[in-house]
Amino acid sequence: MSEYRIQGATGEWEVVIGLEVHAQVTSKAKLFSGAATAFGAEPNTQVSLVDAAMPGMLPVPNRECIRQAVRTGMAIDAQINKWSRFDRKNYFYADLPQGYQISQLYHPLVGEGYLDVSLDDKDPENTKRIGVERIHVEQDAGKLMHDQHPTMSYVDLNRSGVALMEIVSKPDMRSPAEAGAYVRKLRSILRYVGSCDGNMEEGSMRADVNVSVRKPGDEFGTRTETKNVNSVRFVMQVIEYEANRQVDVIENGGTVDQETRLFDPDTGTTRTMRSKEDAHDYRYFPDPDLLPLELDDAFLADCRESLPELPDAKRHRYENELGLTAYNAGQLTADVDVYQRYEAILAATAAKVGKSESDVATQVANWVLSVAPGVKNATEDADEANDTTAANAGIIALSAAGTVSGGQAKEIYEIVLKTGREPEEIAETEGLKQNSDTGAIEAVVDEVLANNADKVEEYRGGKDKLFGFFVGQTMKAMKGQGNPAVVNEILKAKLG
Amino acid sequence: MTELTELTVAAIRKGVAGGDFTAVEVAEAFNANVAAASELNAFIVATPEKAVEAAQAVDAKRAKGEDLGKMGGVPIGMKDLFATNGVQTTAASHMLEGFVPQYESTVSQKLWDAGAGMLGKLNLDQFAMGSSNETSYFGNVISPWRRKDGGNADLAPGGSSGGSSSAVSARLCPAATGTDTGGSIRQPAAFTGITGIKPTYGRCSRWGVVAFASSLDQAGPMARDVTDCAIMLEAMAGFDPKDSTSLDMPVPEWEAGLNPDMKGKKVGIPREYRMDGMDPEILKSWDDGIAWLKDAGAEVVDISLPHTKYALPAYYIIAPAEASSNLARYDGVRYGLRDLPEGAGLQDMYAATRADGFGPEVKRRIMIGTYVLSAGFYDAYYNQAQKVRALIARDFEQAWSQCDVILAPTCPSAAFALGDKTSDPLSMYLNDVFAVPASLAGLPAMSVPAGLNSEGLPLGLQIIGKAFDEQGVLNAGLAIEQRAGFTAKPEAWWK
Repeated sequence: MSEYRIQGATGEWEVVIGLEVHAQVTSKAKLFSGAATAFGAEPNTQVSLVDAAMPGMLPVPNRECIRQAVRTGMAIDAQINKWSRFDRKNYFYADLPQGYQISQLYHPLVGEGYLDVSLDDKDPENTKRIGVERIHVEQDAGKLMHDQHPTMSYVDLNRSGVALMEIVSKPDMRSPAEAGAYVRKLRSILRYVGSCDGNMEEGSMRADVNVSVRKPGDEFGTRTETKNVNSVRFVMQVIEYEANRQVDVIENGGTVDQETRLFDPDTGTTRTMRSKEDAHDYRYFPDPDLLPLELDDAFLADCRESLPELPDAKRHRYENELGLTAYNAGQLTADVDVYQRYEAILAATAAKVGKSESDVATQVANWVLSVAPGVKNATEDADEANDTTAANAGIIALSAAGTVSGGQAKEIYEIVLKTGREPEEIAETEGLKQNSDTGAIEAVVDEVLANNADKVEEYRGGKDKLFGFFVGQTMKAMKGQGNPAVVNEILKAKLG
Repeated sequence: MTELTELTVAAIRKGVAGGDFTAVEVAEAFNANVAAASELNAFIVATPEKAVEAAQAVDAKRAKGEDLGKMGGVPIGMKDLFATNGVQTTAASHMLEGFVPQYESTVSQKLWDAGAGMLGKLNLDQFAMGSSNETSYFGNVISPWRRKDGGNADLAPGGSSGGSSSAVSARLCPAATGTDTGGSIRQPAAFTGITGIKPTYGRCSRWGVVAFASSLDQAGPMARDVTDCAIMLEAMAGFDPKDSTSLDMPVPEWEAGLNPDMKGKKVGIPREYRMDGMDPEILKSWDDGIAWLKDAGAEVVDISLPHTKYALPAYYIIAPAEASSNLARYDGVRYGLRDLPEGAGLQDMYAATRADGFGPEVKRRIMIGTYVLSAGFYDAYYNQAQKVRALIARDFEQAWSQCDVILAPTCPSAAFALGDKTSDPLSMYLNDVFAVPASLAGLPAMSVPAGLNSEGLPLGLQIIGKAFDEQGVLNAGLAIEQRAGFTAKPEAWWK
């Protein structure tokens, strides 16, 4: 990986980055209550007595949330702590009904793990290992709405108590690109595991970005933490901005304050949210309402057995067993939706053409990665429901059998997307089939050559590039339905 | 016929089941006593209609020949720390004045399911913080007991379950719920000549009980005798999946298991509880207790609980630390008091609401708790106190190799006069010195009346048992009860 350096007046600076990613755990109920967690519900409709911190209410851990966090830890090869404990983080805010957040400071559920991230799509094996310090589970807070009333703020507690995983990296990243790759890889793994939907717009995943700068080889500098950054692009912007700002501060004789900052997506800048002096004293202590969390071997075995094939393993298998290029394998395995679509179409295609998956893997990969998306993007009135596995496999099979040309396949797909009709029927009724009948093609070729005797003369005299003219004339005469390979072959033979 | 309000839980249950009187007659008799005793200030809210309603249901069941339940036809007082659906629940605070829960605590629900009815919500020290009931926002409870000196000084009923102790000893109810964090059942029981047991931590669900210190809070019954405590505890106890610290164990049949024969049992006498300058009358009652248990067949052994002197300081770190966090939810945002001065922001609202909503003792404990959890002090105080707590639990563990139960005084003195200790919080805290070790160790402990002192005031003896061995505690208590012959009751001067 090329080194990312900031050119300051006093020389080169290195940026040091650590990320704390908050990922909302996919579960029907909240971390310590039975209330629902669906996004976008009417305010305060998903609030139990526990979430509203009514007097005498007690938290009870939701096993599914713990299971998801453990599975996530296993997916990054992390230490799973069979004994962990919940702590209270105490502070007052209107979106925090209990007056404390139940979190895990002293004994987190998941210890050290790592992610291997690649910066080059063409060379996914060239990776850098980013350490993960820990994953702990904690409650989310509610939401304040300041735009509902001229003088009052409204509180929506739907999100209050929803389970979050806080995934804390080590300060191992050295460029915005590495941080971006880390977040994308983490998101990919969470979505594979099914422990978080990774939806950054809806806030199910957000990052606190810790940035400091130093002269290469020096000790770590003072870091700032920019809170609640909710896209990969913004994470990279924050780093870029913060690193340059800190270099300016230091080079102008100042010192970087250890502080919490806020990102403004409109300007791409960060500003002070609170300084170290204003930092809360959270008075962490073990939550006396909860017993330590002890995991038994059967639970851990169940978590491990339920893990799917993970992105790196899948990518290797695509390369080694399906014979895909590293680039294609990387693209197809980056996201759960993409690989699921690929594998479904691959299986259906192989079945349809009666070949092994590896025989059609590359053709299906090209279709899924480039051909189909191109057509879909250009088709304005495409209906997603028509884009079925069977239809895709049908088109690829027609193409593999030589029944339709590449261009015809695209045309058929466009019609499929608009109408949901069967590919085979479309090819038939719309005349979108290519002609491979050598006798018929020979007849057309003979006619073309006879009509263009002068050109044939020229060609035979050495004007090689006239070959394309003959192909074009033949195809035109066949209304575009001639199989190009057969046409070429016959023309070559006839022209000598 | 005996006056109905003189009957025990067991006698009421039997009389109702046998048709000697109806549950409604019982409820009305106690309702009348409650109404006549407003001077004691034992109840924050009386709910006579609830008592009658429950009694009618029991009478109807009897008419149909159905089972009446463990507490069938017994009206009780409910400490106002238990959330009661549709009935104001205040924890004796201004903060929760007017707060009406839309839910019922597990313990109170179990009691209603067992056929009990509610006479009202009993006064207590504010958020259960106090030993004399003087911290209640709704005024102190007065003990029905008076010294024999003719001075008519109003005495403390103990705390925090002082409404419960006062009401039971004054025959306003045959039994009441209490909660015990550091002696809040045992000390008031001792002050008023009644019986109260704090079971093993986790026996009774904390769900729906306003929290003071979560790792210590435990509900229990307060009644006139050991048998009634056994009956009522059976109705209150049981695993509750809504409380993560609840014990997932079957509830033993304590009532059926009652047996005062102490043959083959060893009773430990902890030498560290014999403190310098102790009231000789307390020492004498302790000696009486030893003699009674010997008479019941027990062997008495000296034991050592070496870390006893650190228990009170550790308790006054751990309990306030938990309280400071547990009480953070009272912020004026969602329910309870909201004090919103003109033009106030969020912080101003917090400050005004909490300044107004909490009394001085609650504030003192929130401040202590906040301090001991603060950065830089956490290790020196909270962590250290947790270590002490572990050592105290170990003391008891070691003692169980030598004895089955431990006998000690419940309190260092008899009831004091209201106002005597209000200016000196430390001397007030010292009331809990014998009660707190069992709380820190989560052990079952009970106070039974041992007799009257020279001033005519009741003294209590405490029995501490092994974890889960409420039966052993109840049995030793019964042995003492049968020999103490405690029949004294306060003159009904308030009527």
